[in-house]
Amino acid sequence: MRKTLGLAALAAVLACGGANAQQVDVKIGVLSDMSSLYADIGGPGSVAAAKLAIADFTKDHPNVKVEMISGDHQNKPDIGSQIANQWYDVDKVDMIIDVPNSGVALAVSNVTNNKNKVFIVSGAAASDLTGAKCNANTVHWTYDTWMLANGTGTAMVKTGGDSWFFLTSDYAFGHALERDTAAAVEKAGGKVLGKVRHPLNTNDFSSFLLQAQSSKAKVVGLANAGGDTINSIKQAAEFGIVKGGQKLAGLLVFASDVNALGLNTAQGLTLTETWYWDANDTNRAWTKRWHEAGAGSTKYPTMIHAGVYAGILHYLKARLEMGGNPEGKAVVAKMKAMPTDDPLFGKGTIDATGRKRHDAFLFEVKSPAESKHPGDFYNLKATIPAKDAFRDPKDSGCPLVNS
Amino acid sequence: MFEIFGIPSQALFGQLLIGLINGSFYALLSLGLAVIFGMLNIINFSHGAQYMMGAFAAYLILQYSGLGYWPALIIAPILVGITGVIIERLFLQWLYKLDHLYGLLLTFGLALIFEGVARNYFGSAGLPYTVPESLQGGRNLGFMFLPNYRAWVIVASLTVCIATWFVIERTRLGAYLRAATENPTLVRAFGINVPRMITLTYGFGVALAAFAGVMAAPIYNVSPQMGSELIIVVFAVVVIGGMGSILGAIVTGFGLGVIEGLTKVFFPEASNTVVFVIMAIVLLVRPAGLFGRRG
Repeated sequence: MRKTLGLAALAAVLACGGANAQQVDVKIGVLSDMSSLYADIGGPGSVAAAKLAIADFTKDHPNVKVEMISGDHQNKPDIGSQIANQWYDVDKVDMIIDVPNSGVALAVSNVTNNKNKVFIVSGAAASDLTGAKCNANTVHWTYDTWMLANGTGTAMVKTGGDSWFFLTSDYAFGHALERDTAAAVEKAGGKVLGKVRHPLNTNDFSSFLLQAQSSKAKVVGLANAGGDTINSIKQAAEFGIVKGGQKLAGLLVFASDVNALGLNTAQGLTLTETWYWDANDTNRAWTKRWHEAGAGSTKYPTMIHAGVYAGILHYLKARLEMGGNPEGKAVVAKMKAMPTDDPLFGKGTIDATGRKRHDAFLFEVKSPAESKHPGDFYNLKATIPAKDAFRDPKDSGCPLVNS
Repeated sequence: MFEIFGIPSQALFGQLLIGLINGSFYALLSLGLAVIFGMLNIINFSHGAQYMMGAFAAYLILQYSGLGYWPALIIAPILVGITGVIIERLFLQWLYKLDHLYGLLLTFGLALIFEGVARNYFGSAGLPYTVPESLQGGRNLGFMFLPNYRAWVIVASLTVCIATWFVIERTRLGAYLRAATENPTLVRAFGINVPRMITLTYGFGVALAAFAGVMAAPIYNVSPQMGSELIIVVFAVVVIGGMGSILGAIVTGFGLGVIEGLTKVFFPEASNTVVFVIMAIVLLVRPAGLFGRRG
């Protein structure tokens, strides 16, 4: 017995020596909404995506040892920062990923900056994260309000929707999305006729929809997310908004939302995303593995899940090249210096503000007749190349650009 | 056309009507709560979860048996009502003699379990459910477009509310029930099976929640958290109306729907808060609520 153990130990030492690399210890925290309205766009699905990323990376690089923990921020910025503080100080977490809900993400970004660790945002949308409130410890991976506004807003104006009315979720994310979309609409030659700000988690939108209806705007822009978007689209159909000649612009609609609405209600909706599970064979194969990793086979991964996977891969690559346990700012600088390349988003870059740049896609939701299999949601209308899809760093207002 | 505070009167009439429609959901839900509290002295915190179960039952009935909205409107409340009967027999019947707090904690725990189970199996994004074909479309009232389904919501909710009030306040069965809450021993002495009556009352209250859930499924997102978002407001409605007062629950439900609707026009950011501001004021002025008996 002792002899076997000794041999095993020897073999282990030889194996490590053979790889000729030092051991790198990494601890990652997946901070998400595990139990409320954003739990399907991030939540347990993000944990499954993180598991896949870690498994894929450590398979090729056995000298990298990755530990992962996860937590629920309950959509409350105070709870989010408290968990982040505890993870960094007590649990020795090196990097936090995901964090849907812009309010929480801005708080965690601040904590990360103070503790000089790394924060990769996949779930949150506010473009302020790489704008006025940017810092050298944060990378914003998947999408942001500027990109959504630019994609959907500009496309709608080009097809004749030149007057807008906004239904805006009354917190950091909604305000940012409304501001960025209004700017995109006005830049393309349209105008904004009015807006109404509703509290997060509103059940009934009929009052707001009536206001939108009487504004006579050609487009009703939904600057909200999750259950709020689903409720507004469902009730807009009921109140005959689209039949009355107005168009609905879902500024942030995920595959999971389309699934919840049903194609009957959602058909014809224009939306922008950076990743779609049914776009190609690679994505479909990844989705299958994602289901097996514990995400539940009746769900479809969102771009946020893909962003968690790709973000972790790129972070681990940077850590592997640097070795040891460098401080957060140095790791983010390394991540910006290295071009990104992963199976889901392809080749890309991270610009000076911390903004990850890749292509974005303008989709239209299929009608029930066009949909061939479950989860067959979108027709691709246009591809927006990486350089146009995201904000020019010069216009970001981020102090990192000029320094 | 004249204006009120800068809002065209037409728009305002529309908003008042919308407020009444939303109020009918508050009235239906607070009615169930008031019946349960008035007859059983249980603060039923799982009411929101039972409302959610009603909507999920409608979805599952459609998925697995192909039966649409109308059959579901009958079947779902019965099924969920039966789960209520089971809960009463298994747990609640042991709590009547204890402090209110125990019933509240038990039902709150049950609500968390129901929501957690639903989230585990169906996710949090929600499930699709459409307006039944016979009620699609709507009519133009001149001042607003009224979807047929919303008109049906008002009619159905008013009917159920008035019928419930009538049964409890004006019939012999209702008299037995009210007597049983006042003095169960005496009512038993007359040969009436009080425990069974209480069990069925809880089942009925739960069925009312499920009925509201089926009514909500075509227009609200059917998700595990749909009940918890609504239930806090509904509790405020019950407190304002007076705990256990059936008429209070109905009137306050409709009234607060209208007030909330108007807030959505004049100060939309406060529309989630206005109900609680009113609750605070009412509690200061009339601690037993507007229609409360113990003043």
